[in-house]
Amino acid sequence: MARLAVNPTRMELTRLKARLKTASRGHKLLKDKRDELMKQFLDIVRENRALRRKVEEALQRSGKSFAVASAMMSPEFLEEALLYPKQSVSLDLKLKNIMSVNVPKYEFHTKSDNPAEIFSYGFATTSGELDDAVLALSQILPDLLELAQIEKSVQLLSREIEKTRRRVNALEYVMIPQLEETISYITMKLEENERGNTSRLMKVKDMMLQEAHGYK
Amino acid sequence: MYKIAVVGDRDSILSFKAIGVEAFPAETAPEAEATLKKLAEGEYAVIFLTEQYAQPLKARLDEYAERVTPAVILIPGRGGSLGIGLANVKEAVERAVGADILGE
Repeated sequence: MARLAVNPTRMELTRLKARLKTASRGHKLLKDKRDELMKQFLDIVRENRALRRKVEEALQRSGKSFAVASAMMSPEFLEEALLYPKQSVSLDLKLKNIMSVNVPKYEFHTKSDNPAEIFSYGFATTSGELDDAVLALSQILPDLLELAQIEKSVQLLSREIEKTRRRVNALEYVMIPQLEETISYITMKLEENERGNTSRLMKVKDMMLQEAHGYK
Repeated sequence: MYKIAVVGDRDSILSFKAIGVEAFPAETAPEAEATLKKLAEGEYAVIFLTEQYAQPLKARLDEYAERVTPAVILIPGRGGSLGIGLANVKEAVERAVGADILGE
């Protein structure tokens, strides 16, 4: 591992030690964050799978009824029947905080509480399959929105986990080893200087003694 | 107050109109992309998109995946499920964990 390009001075050593301390603390915190995110993520991703299967199946059933309806009715009548919907859905969006990731929470409101409001057409010119299709669809709307909420959370969480994991790895395998190596390099360099200094002093002392007393 | 929209080919999305979701027909991928862009800038928090447009619009969908709104959710279109929705869930697991640990 390459060490940082710094001067081996005492000041640099203090600075690096402080950085190492911060990095280690950050690493620990991020690791905890990653673990907790992962735990949450796995819980909702399981839910996501099950719900998606259920919704897709229901949607396909509704789609089939609708296909039959559109085969039995003329396209003009079909278009006309659905031209002016009586029902309308609006959405309230709240944010939920999972480990500093904001995930949405939807609450939907229908304009009218009467479940029959989904049939925006008279029964004379429409086929019964259309009723089936529309009814089936209105029944899975809550599930669809639940799916939207969960799937969005999964998307957001998976990205956050990826980011956090990269940070943890960068700290663990690059930053911290680099700092440690640089610190040990500076420590050794300083010790070496110290030893060099001591032996120089001893040498000088020898030379001075020899000069004063004629020792050999 | 947000609204819900559905984008896709006419036959797949027409029935959504009845239950109060706003339907925006798009017959080609560029058309779907333009509609999606317009809706995302508007007040639509949840947009359902039929699966056949998922592949050509991947870049845009990835971009929306990082934001809280809109949530673009894939639904099977008229041709039945293409499995792209589930594949995306799998991809999310792989992104987060590194491998698909929930495998079937």
